[in-house]
Amino acid sequence: MSELFLIGGMALVTFLIRYGLIGMSGRLKLSPSVIQMLCYVPPAVLTALAAPAILMPSGDQLMLSYTNAHLVGAVTAILVSCWTKNLLLTIVLGMLTFLGWQWLLQLI
Amino acid sequence: MTRLFRSQTFSTPLSELLAGSRAVVPLVVGAIPLGIIFGTLAPSSGLSFAGTLAMSAFVFAGSAQFIVLGLLATKTALPLIVLTTFVVNLRHLLYAISLVPHVRHLPQRWKILIGFWLTDESFAVASVRYNQKDSSPNKHWYYFGAALLMYGNWQLCTLVGLSFGQLLPNAASWRLDFAMSVTFIGMIIPYLITQPMVVTVIVAGIVAVWTHTLAHQLGLLVAVLAGILAGVGTERIQSKRWRNE
Repeated sequence: MSELFLIGGMALVTFLIRYGLIGMSGRLKLSPSVIQMLCYVPPAVLTALAAPAILMPSGDQLMLSYTNAHLVGAVTAILVSCWTKNLLLTIVLGMLTFLGWQWLLQLI
Repeated sequence: MTRLFRSQTFSTPLSELLAGSRAVVPLVVGAIPLGIIFGTLAPSSGLSFAGTLAMSAFVFAGSAQFIVLGLLATKTALPLIVLTTFVVNLRHLLYAISLVPHVRHLPQRWKILIGFWLTDESFAVASVRYNQKDSSPNKHWYYFGAALLMYGNWQLCTLVGLSFGQLLPNAASWRLDFAMSVTFIGMIIPYLITQPMVVTVIVAGIVAVWTHTLAHQLGLLVAVLAGILAGVGTERIQSKRWRNE
């Protein structure tokens, strides 16, 4: 029963956030300065989600060291992305480096 | 001439749908480990088999689903879980605003579908298509193709994780959630071609780390706002400098 409320509540809140403005988009007018700000939304959001996950893998402490496999994988992904501009290669090589590094750290 | 040709090859609903599906494939690959690990970890946080599937089917929000697993494991009260979901997903409000100029002419059933399927990935793919200069009237089919594949993949991976995840020894310690970070890196780097964008990313990243320990993921909102303001501020300073020269 509580699971029903949990999923129902999460689904409702998520849908209203996503659909609300799109649903009334016919009557919505946006000023040029708002549109200018919106260009910065995707990179700002994605960075704000990724940076703590990479730099604070334990959740509460900054870990700037080669023993942080998240950081090593992320640096690899950044370099691959800059060089190749290939999204698939960035994701696969970043992930493999992360998993490989984690495995190496366990051996030490 | 080539440009005209290209816009015509993209202009039927089916070809837009297929092009959108193709464009989202790398992001789908990034989502596979996340979906599987979600399905694997959900039962140990107290979700039932059906509840886990239902959450992926009706909520369909990867990062929120992960954060909620953590909250369930620590027996957090239901209203607080829903509030956290709200804060974590508030970024979709910004995505929705960005889509407004492109979708306002569509019928309501399309708007419901686009809203329900709005994710970081489908937005990233669709906004690239919407910003291309050709005037294809079927760009929403491109979104449809990308979002359909993301959605189907998420359901399938949740089911695979639920069914076979127990076969992986200590699945949680593998930290497969890193796939989200690496996917986001791949989406962020192409934006970094102007100075204001670089400033946005640096500021958002530093503030996000700095405010990460705030409750209910409020730091996320603070970091996003700081990043946007820094980017817009840099753009203003730049255009003022150009005018003075």
